[in-house]
Amino acid sequence: MFDLEGYSYAIFLGLEQTLLVGLLAMLLACTIGVFGALAKTSSSHTLRVVASFYTATIRGIPELILLLLIFYGVPTLLQDSAASLGLEMIVDLNPFIAGVITLGFIYGAFSVEVFRGAFGQVPVGQIEAARAMGMRPWLIFYRILFPQALRFSIPGLSNVWMLLIKATALISVIQLDEVMRMTKIAANATQKPFTAYLFAALLFLAITLVSMVIQKYLENKYARGYQ
Amino acid sequence: MSWYIVWDNAGWLLEGFWVTLQLTASAVIIGLVLALVLALLTLSTHRYYRWPAETITFFFRGTPLLVQLFLVYYGSGQFRDELDSIGLWSLFREAYFCAIFVLALNTAAYSAEIFSGAIRSVDKNQIEAGRAVGMTSLVLYRRIVLPQAMRIGWTSYSNEIIFIMQATSLVSIITVLDLTGVAGRIISKTFAIYEVYIAIALMYLVITYSMVFIFSRLEKRLNRHKM
Repeated sequence: MFDLEGYSYAIFLGLEQTLLVGLLAMLLACTIGVFGALAKTSSSHTLRVVASFYTATIRGIPELILLLLIFYGVPTLLQDSAASLGLEMIVDLNPFIAGVITLGFIYGAFSVEVFRGAFGQVPVGQIEAARAMGMRPWLIFYRILFPQALRFSIPGLSNVWMLLIKATALISVIQLDEVMRMTKIAANATQKPFTAYLFAALLFLAITLVSMVIQKYLENKYARGYQ
Repeated sequence: MSWYIVWDNAGWLLEGFWVTLQLTASAVIIGLVLALVLALLTLSTHRYYRWPAETITFFFRGTPLLVQLFLVYYGSGQFRDELDSIGLWSLFREAYFCAIFVLALNTAAYSAEIFSGAIRSVDKNQIEAGRAVGMTSLVLYRRIVLPQAMRIGWTSYSNEIIFIMQATSLVSIITVLDLTGVAGRIISKTFAIYEVYIAIALMYLVITYSMVFIFSRLEKRLNRHKM
């Protein structure tokens, strides 16, 4: 059924890039998510405003526009700004790094909400108890808040991951050799676009299925103490 | 910095803006009808109704929108003769048709999941009570189940509408001249990359938050019995 004249191997090579970009972007998104959630719940007015501004703008702009803006817009903006100061500068972003940063920043905004909800689910009494014991804020975060919040955040983070891995397809627009771009090459070479894109679709379905299995496993693992 | 380029092309950008709104409206309206059908099939106790609906939902939720667009727009070329013989080629040749076709199916799959979840969470006792007073299934649905399901599912569904509005930006990749498509054309003529992308990012922000505002007003109206 999938006779792509050997090009299916090329698509598999693209899968490696897709997963790599996806995993690194997810790592970035989670980091931003934790710090963003802390900023949003902090007592500092400035931090709250900055975090809210970040989540509100990112969620209001389509991923494609943000990707194009970062990959094509930011280098030209920097060059123009440098030129106006009389400097000459050539900025060229690597599509892999641009992809990781853009996806990380976009889905970081979604993870902020996930972690904020998860932090909120940890009983306040425990935080107060920790404070009464004389724990410092960092120790409270590390020993009390974060381990428990992690459990509550698994369903939300899985959703973010599913959205993120599908959004990696967009990076083909900036010429990274991931699944979609390799599929396009295969489609053009074999003149069988339907077969090629169906193959790519099935690869993404496989990623979704595997992710669902891992999600179940993690949920069970972290719920062990509560069963 | 050459912001005047944005003003010079404002008319053209507004045309693209209009196309984006049209695409969103068509996808949401067609998608709503399809989603209701899919949701009812998913909730059916009959396996042969449930299975196809679940497969469609799984496929459209598990693969990237970009893959779906390419599968239909480029993939249909592989079946040109077959489509020609049943007179559908003239439709699938058009990027605009393919865009609405895919966007509608995509949003239908996500909405079906929301609707079936909302219908399931209507209190079972109320349905039993409705049956006990002799309501037929149709009356039961119209008077008891759907009005409550609408309130339960409204928040998720309004988020989905905003998502699909932002997702319409992807159709620019298959040559449709929506807001993003027009921006691409302007940039390839003027090289004002970040100016144009920032301008359309702001336009998307305006659409998103206008929708958020309208939907939250509607939500208050739906829940006015609770105040």
